[in-house]
Amino acid sequence: MSDTNYLNVDYGIRSWLLTVDHKRIALLYLGSITVMFFLGGVFALMIRLELLTPAADVVQADTYNKLFTMHGIIMVFFFLIPSIPATLGNFLVPMMIGARDLAFPRLNLASWYIFLVGALFTLWAVFTGGVDTGWTFYTPYSTVGANTKVIPAAVGIFINGFSSILTGLNFIVTIHRMRAPGLTWFRLPLFIWATYATSVIFILGTPVIAITLALVGVERAFHIGIFDPAIGGDPILFQHLFWFYSHPAVYIMILPSMGVVSELITCFARKSPFGYSFIAISSLAIAFLGFLVWGHHMFVSGQSAYASLIFSFLSFAVAIPSAVKVFNWTATLYRGSIAFQAPMLYALGFIGLFTIGGLTGLFLASLGLDVHVHDTYFVVAHFHYIMVGGALMGYLGGIHFWWPKITGRMYPETLSKIAALVVFLGFNLTFFPQFILGYLGMPRRYHVYPDEFQVLNVMSTAGASVLGLGYLLPMGYLLWSLRYGARAPANPWQATGLEWQTPSPPPTENFVVTPIVTGPAYCYAGEEAEVV
Amino acid sequence: MTEHAAPHAHVVPLAVYFGVFIALLVFTGATTAIAFVDLGRFNVAVALTIAVVKASLVLLYFMHLRYTSRLTLVFVGIAFFWLGTMIGLTMSDIVSRGWFGA
Repeated sequence: MSDTNYLNVDYGIRSWLLTVDHKRIALLYLGSITVMFFLGGVFALMIRLELLTPAADVVQADTYNKLFTMHGIIMVFFFLIPSIPATLGNFLVPMMIGARDLAFPRLNLASWYIFLVGALFTLWAVFTGGVDTGWTFYTPYSTVGANTKVIPAAVGIFINGFSSILTGLNFIVTIHRMRAPGLTWFRLPLFIWATYATSVIFILGTPVIAITLALVGVERAFHIGIFDPAIGGDPILFQHLFWFYSHPAVYIMILPSMGVVSELITCFARKSPFGYSFIAISSLAIAFLGFLVWGHHMFVSGQSAYASLIFSFLSFAVAIPSAVKVFNWTATLYRGSIAFQAPMLYALGFIGLFTIGGLTGLFLASLGLDVHVHDTYFVVAHFHYIMVGGALMGYLGGIHFWWPKITGRMYPETLSKIAALVVFLGFNLTFFPQFILGYLGMPRRYHVYPDEFQVLNVMSTAGASVLGLGYLLPMGYLLWSLRYGARAPANPWQATGLEWQTPSPPPTENFVVTPIVTGPAYCYAGEEAEVV
Repeated sequence: MTEHAAPHAHVVPLAVYFGVFIALLVFTGATTAIAFVDLGRFNVAVALTIAVVKASLVLLYFMHLRYTSRLTLVFVGIAFFWLGTMIGLTMSDIVSRGWFGA
């Protein structure tokens, strides 16, 4: 058998920059978003450093405004949104469905280049003065007030949106048209269902944020009244359009992680998922309901009480499919043969942290309580429990789980378990005190605060340092494993799924012979997967 | 492949494309001309009506929706539903501001 695989088939730089292999494009994305993650992380650490003491020690108000804006823009648009879909999704979608590549390989490469152009535009804005509007670009400040690089940052996000749309389109067409013989919809891995639901949001939601930011640019540059009330616009209309995309964007970030966690829980509990079809359909339900709840960001904006009532009710409704997943994962664990490998630790961490994030979301969906905690650190803690405690834990769990498949190397198991625990502890130390700070009334987006909030802020900053270490550890040992890690077998976790039926790392064409599927996705309960 | 129904490419006569193109030009001219006529509050309604007709022509002929598979029509339907959701829920705020004194 030939040892040629997608990594050693060609070593030239040209073979990477012009590749149409979905696996190599996944690695190009992995490198790019890792750079963005650490850049966004540096901004986060600077924010936490400033908040160590009540006074303005490190930066002044203007710089602080830019720090939290650029942290948000980079982390949301250039790390979290592309994170799992563009890396693990790109790598795994064709492999999990028994295909040789995505439906449109050249379009896939184009998506990465579009991402790069968008990122460079935004980085240009960051390094030539920065932006201070917050990642939400609220009007009329962003159109008439801000004297910073609003338009270049918005153009970067606008361009990047096309990368998301094309990736989503590629996944949808691939999943519809290129499944292996016998791979019916209800035999698909749950990661594929989650990626499919995410792709639908990509396609339906992303054009709206692109057009909305274009309108911000138009109003800012040409003073055409769209959002500025002084020239006939409606600033709340901006919030409607912005959140119509940006709330579903939360599900773009969390749904792929849910897909990853479904794979990890089943593999490391050695059990078929409890309620496969409910978990699968709940992904679509989240994508659908997630589009109907955006107004809960606007309860104190001047939005009508009648609309707020509707959005509050719908926001409670979206908790149902999320709860279906959590209950089904825990039911899967029941009487499972659980192995606490590093990916499983991340998955278990995900369940706990996502549950806290989700339940505190219900606090914020309540019309009365939201008035008290709106724009406080309670909100900051809530969405970090979803985006970092949820999305990022799933991403790290997935990277560890499929690392042997991607690279052909095993990572050090003990160190990886320690790192998972460090991330979990660091995360909670960083963000749990922020729930209390917010409930006590500390507003977000200020660089100074009253003395009585210092103890909790010191805890939070200390936690951020631990969390930073927790992220540097995997960065170090995963890179180390590329050279020194033990060689990975085809299926180191004894997992089901077509991607484990092919060598690690896989050959360029993924499968020498197209697989034929004759059984369900998960056959851990004493059954062998019927894949020939 | 589990879905074999590769849609057969429908050959559309060039005359149809040119006809639609000319219709789009005519409608663009009409939009511009009507902008100079004061119809009061109906200016926007007329402009939007023409825009909807033009978009429909593009969808039906240039994007081949008239000849496409049911699956594609389902996706188009979803897109319009989503657009309706965005406009409908936004309007639920805009038309009801001031109700209940808020």
